Amino acid sequence: MSTAYQIVVCGSIVPDPLQTLEPVAAPTGPALKNEMMLPAVLDPWAGHALYEAANLAKNQPGSKVWLVSLGPKAKLQQVMMTVAQKVPFELVALDGSASGFTDATETAAALADAIAAIPGLDKSRLLVFGGWESASRGAGATLQMVGERLGIVDQFQGVDQLTVNADGSLEILERIEGGKHQVSKCAGASALLGWATGNLPEPKNNPQVGMVNMRTVMPALQKAKPVKFAGDGLNFTSVALPKQLRETQIVKEKSPDDIAKEIVEWIKK
Amino acid sequence: METILVLAHTENDGSLAKSAREALHAAAALHKSLAGSKLLVGFVGENIQAAANSIAASPVTKYFGVSGADFTQSRYATDAAAAEAICKAAQATIVVAPATSRWARVLPGVAQRLGGRADTHVTGVAAAGGKISVSRWFYRQRMEGALTRTQRPWFIGIDPGSQTPCECGSGTAAVENVAVQLSDGCKRTTVTGIRAPAADAQTIRPDAQLLFVTGAGWTKKQTDGQAHVPEAGKLILDFLKHARASLGSSKSLVDLGGEGQAVLPFLSHLNQVGQTGATPRHAKGLSTCCHGEEPHTVGWRFIGERRAVNLDPNCGWARGKADVLYVADAFKVMAKVNELLANGKT
Repeated sequence: MSTAYQIVVCGSIVPDPLQTLEPVAAPTGPALKNEMMLPAVLDPWAGHALYEAANLAKNQPGSKVWLVSLGPKAKLQQVMMTVAQKVPFELVALDGSASGFTDATETAAALADAIAAIPGLDKSRLLVFGGWESASRGAGATLQMVGERLGIVDQFQGVDQLTVNADGSLEILERIEGGKHQVSKCAGASALLGWATGNLPEPKNNPQVGMVNMRTVMPALQKAKPVKFAGDGLNFTSVALPKQLRETQIVKEKSPDDIAKEIVEWIKK
Repeated sequence: METILVLAHTENDGSLAKSAREALHAAAALHKSLAGSKLLVGFVGENIQAAANSIAASPVTKYFGVSGADFTQSRYATDAAAAEAICKAAQATIVVAPATSRWARVLPGVAQRLGGRADTHVTGVAAAGGKISVSRWFYRQRMEGALTRTQRPWFIGIDPGSQTPCECGSGTAAVENVAVQLSDGCKRTTVTGIRAPAADAQTIRPDAQLLFVTGAGWTKKQTDGQAHVPEAGKLILDFLKHARASLGSSKSLVDLGGEGQAVLPFLSHLNQVGQTGATPRHAKGLSTCCHGEEPHTVGWRFIGERRAVNLDPNCGWARGKADVLYVADAFKVMAKVNELLANGKT
């Protein structure tokens, strides 16, 4: 039995992880120094979710992928130039802050409203994907709230594998403690999956896919709904870089035997 | 006046995990510093009485429980229903829970149901002047922030390993049973099992004293111009066996495996530490053949004592990050370390 899924991936942008990040105090709360100047990328976990969604859609004829992305419009446009070349999707853009200091509840409300407004949404075929973490807030909370707002109570986090069984049920592997996976069987859509890394490599850029995607990406960006976060009730009392810098003892002259002896003594101490 | 509720789920054997005791310790400290507050505990599991009894001598004034076969499984729908019912019964304003995979999956959703807020990965909870603040890391352990909230209930997920577990004495606890009506819709998902590597292939050990971090240098060409991947794999596995260490890996090394290259076959993304991986907590850490600056080094942000072996004296993993850097060939050093550990000599 093949189901044509409607797969909605929630994924935002984050500063390139290789950039140096420094917090600053802004009138609205903490922010990153030169935040709008920092190069951005699609959040790594959201990326895994998107690639898994595309792979599922490819294997389930009739399925379609949407990427619901919340971020400053100009930044989204930059990032989409690359992401759009990876896999086929339709963008739903929201123009607002992608800061790591925004509140998960407010973000979830904006995302859930955007998903609910997708024309022709059929909850009996709906799979909501996203990253279980992010490289910004790493809230690990937003997706669950999105799911609750959409009335989805079959939720999974830290997902590394999704298999659609012949009877339409879903087998899902979630990360649990100690390097293990919990295996669950879900009757079918609707369901929400927060992905860990999955098993798929990042797809190579495909200019043809990019050209098809960009036909919908640019209009989606142009009509991106503005989103303002009030941050009511939330007050940051401090945000700072960790200060501790260790005095590293450099040992250059010792033989491997002496070093090994020292390491073993240290381990056993 | 705050009502602090600790939510805990029982383990398969009915006991309480260390992470639950850590959450209780944090909540008890909060309770002590908030005049007039109440401290309650709610349990979810198949059988909860033994868990309640194990902390009966704690300052908790009331125990709630949702139990039965439907609550054995770590499943969103039933866990959310149970947690929601307990929070309502307790009229909790602050909910403290260990951020285990089971609670992390469900508690933000419960906060949503109850019109509250949720903060996860919390590493510290404090109260001053009647105001509660929590500290957590942002941008993947790159910066630390402290925040307060006015909304209630406020769900606080405590990162396991970040607190001291409570040493509560045992006794007999009176648990108030909270009834939960489950619809068929709550049982669409069934947990069918746990998939774990074979015992001798398990390289992730959260309770280990030592984290052993391996970098991509293990797979590079060595001084003879050849790569020695099988030898590297044996050295690493032998060390894990002798030292009972947990294995972490840099992203670059894990990704090589995902790209189908002949690398260390026992590594998976589960081993990955750093910006896009885990930030485990261990007393000691030993990194070998790792390179790179921030953000890669955040992988051992929460490691106590740190040492590194690397041929590069300016290795970003070590300078300013480790206590000791040995500038040496890790193949030679680890071979000797394994020999000493195997013989029980130093």
